[in-house]
Amino acid sequence: MDTMVRELSYSQAIQEAMAIAMERDPRVFLMGEDIGVYGGAFQVTGDLVHRFGEDRVMDMPISELAGAGVAVGAALAGMRPVFEFQFSDFATLGMEQIVNQAAKLRFMLGGAVSVPLVMRFPAGSGTGAAAQHSQSLEAWLAHVPGLKVVQPSTPHDAKGLLLAAIEDPDPVMIFEHKLLYKTKGPVPEGWYTVPLDRAEIRREGRDLTVVATSIMVIKALEAAATLAQEGIELEVVDLRSLRPIDTETLIASVSRTHRLMCVYEGVKTLGIGSEVSAAIAESEAFDLLDAPIVRLGGAECPLPYNPELEKAAVPQVADIVETARRLVQGRI
Amino acid sequence: MARSSLTTPEPDTATAAGRLPAANLPEVYRRLGAAEIRDALRKMRLIRRFEESAEEAYVRGLIHGTMHLSIGQEASAVGVCSALSPTDYMTSTHRGHGHCLGKGADVGRMFAEFFGREDGYCRGRGGSMHIADPSTGNLGANGIVGGGLPIAVGAALAAKRLGNGRIVVCFFGDGANNEGAFHESLNMASVWKLPVVFVCENNKYGMSTSVARSTSVKNIADRAVAYSMPGVTVDGNRFADVADATHAAVERARRGEGPSLIECLTYRIRGHSKSDRNRYRTKEEIESWQKRDPIQLFEAELLEFGLMDTPEMVAIQTSVEEEITAAIEFAKASPAPSPADLTRYVYTTERGSHGHHGA
Repeated sequence: MDTMVRELSYSQAIQEAMAIAMERDPRVFLMGEDIGVYGGAFQVTGDLVHRFGEDRVMDMPISELAGAGVAVGAALAGMRPVFEFQFSDFATLGMEQIVNQAAKLRFMLGGAVSVPLVMRFPAGSGTGAAAQHSQSLEAWLAHVPGLKVVQPSTPHDAKGLLLAAIEDPDPVMIFEHKLLYKTKGPVPEGWYTVPLDRAEIRREGRDLTVVATSIMVIKALEAAATLAQEGIELEVVDLRSLRPIDTETLIASVSRTHRLMCVYEGVKTLGIGSEVSAAIAESEAFDLLDAPIVRLGGAECPLPYNPELEKAAVPQVADIVETARRLVQGRI
Repeated sequence: MARSSLTTPEPDTATAAGRLPAANLPEVYRRLGAAEIRDALRKMRLIRRFEESAEEAYVRGLIHGTMHLSIGQEASAVGVCSALSPTDYMTSTHRGHGHCLGKGADVGRMFAEFFGREDGYCRGRGGSMHIADPSTGNLGANGIVGGGLPIAVGAALAAKRLGNGRIVVCFFGDGANNEGAFHESLNMASVWKLPVVFVCENNKYGMSTSVARSTSVKNIADRAVAYSMPGVTVDGNRFADVADATHAAVERARRGEGPSLIECLTYRIRGHSKSDRNRYRTKEEIESWQKRDPIQLFEAELLEFGLMDTPEMVAIQTSVEEEITAAIEFAKASPAPSPADLTRYVYTTERGSHGHHGA
């Protein structure tokens, strides 16, 4: 792998992955709302339409249900669509085709077909866009066998997971966080992939395993830096793949630290952290736990508009610091 | 623009009598050879006997779950498929057995699927509502009303991009014409001028709710106007009418001129599914449509035009009976899937199947 240190933003990394995929494979095309000359609502497709033309960077009518189904049909008939939902919230409009069709066709047809489809979902809060443009619905899709669901937290992974997804024969759902689009990090040049089924340990530590997703990985790393000054060492695990969950890495980490905290932006109840907690509770690591498992997730309300309320609705660095400290000190 | 609209045919007046053979010979009979016409009649018989035999098998407990029979709609399935080439794509519906057979599915593998066996088209995982056969372009029946419409448009987009000359036929029912997927799909197919033929089989009821009670336009084909494509309503119980309308739409699609909408007026003689108690329609209505049986209408027309004789028709029935009997025996002998394979086929690379029996 090319290890040259070159910094790209998360959105540039995604754009580069799409460009490389289209150069390598004529079957790959992009489809979405305002992804052409507009460049995408978050400028992720940018100028790609000028390089690849309107047939490969296709603007579509505002018709999420049919759009999602067109991607399914095109995948069945030999293409490799990469579909952008303008906001992850709009997945609700395409859910029939994602859940009933894309996820199930291979199984329902006894293995006669594959659906090589990628869907990208700009997700998450922090933009003041309120309840219908800020949700984190990844757990909804992670509940569906037949789909693969990933959440990159770094520019490196955003590119590598997308390239892996485009090569994968099955439908892969990628939840990108809108606040991460401008974050920068090292991104190798050229083609490379990141496995779709592996968690990644971002920081090693002896006292507490923090399993985080997406932007919560960044927040957990900040919290870990703060707590390190107090002598508390967090192990930060970037879950990265929600379906399948890399239970092996999680169990190994908790077996070392004897404590588990899950941090995720989606609504806490029945969220991805609930599944991670259960996976540990059912495993051999359960007997090694020195403290209760703790989840920090999104509040039990729609995302509010007011900036202070909006912050209060999702875990912040201070929440992670405070909860982790209490957990390690035996106060939970 | 909607070209023509036919009101619901009057059952008693629509007979073949009084036609002038040569002058009125439907175009399809000039286009298709004798073997193709014979094949069309045979497929209609095969569908009828398949459905009747499936019903018998259900009563005898060989079929798990429910099923949706298309008895009475054979001319629509076969008329449409007669205009397709083997590589053309098709999407179908929950009432899709006839479409699959029309497109060339094997009867033994169909029954094997109904019986939940490994030799079934879906290895017993899909059942009656999910028969697909990619080798004949059949992208699958669908359990979701309107579920196949966007998929058909996507397959057409792929065909256009890949330049492989294939077109797509998309079957759906009158119920689907009130789903958002119908409207979004027709619009998209028209905007992008995709090679799709939308075929609405209007059998008058979405489960129990009639078209009159559910649909704001008189003819579903009128909805084509809103999407700038030709819309035509045809007598769906007449093979020739369906075949000719489909042929015109397929030719248009192959020329790159875009999609069409065909509404086939037809009737399902059986109930919606096995739970149907026929409380929403009258015995008289059902009987009036039985008098317009598509197979009888087709045979009468073939005799009238001298395109086939009675002994040939009897021979078709005999060979269909043999095929059905052999197919049922094949299906009964097929092995059942093993519970150890429960989570197979969830993913193409089984490693990611995440199941108890995967990996």
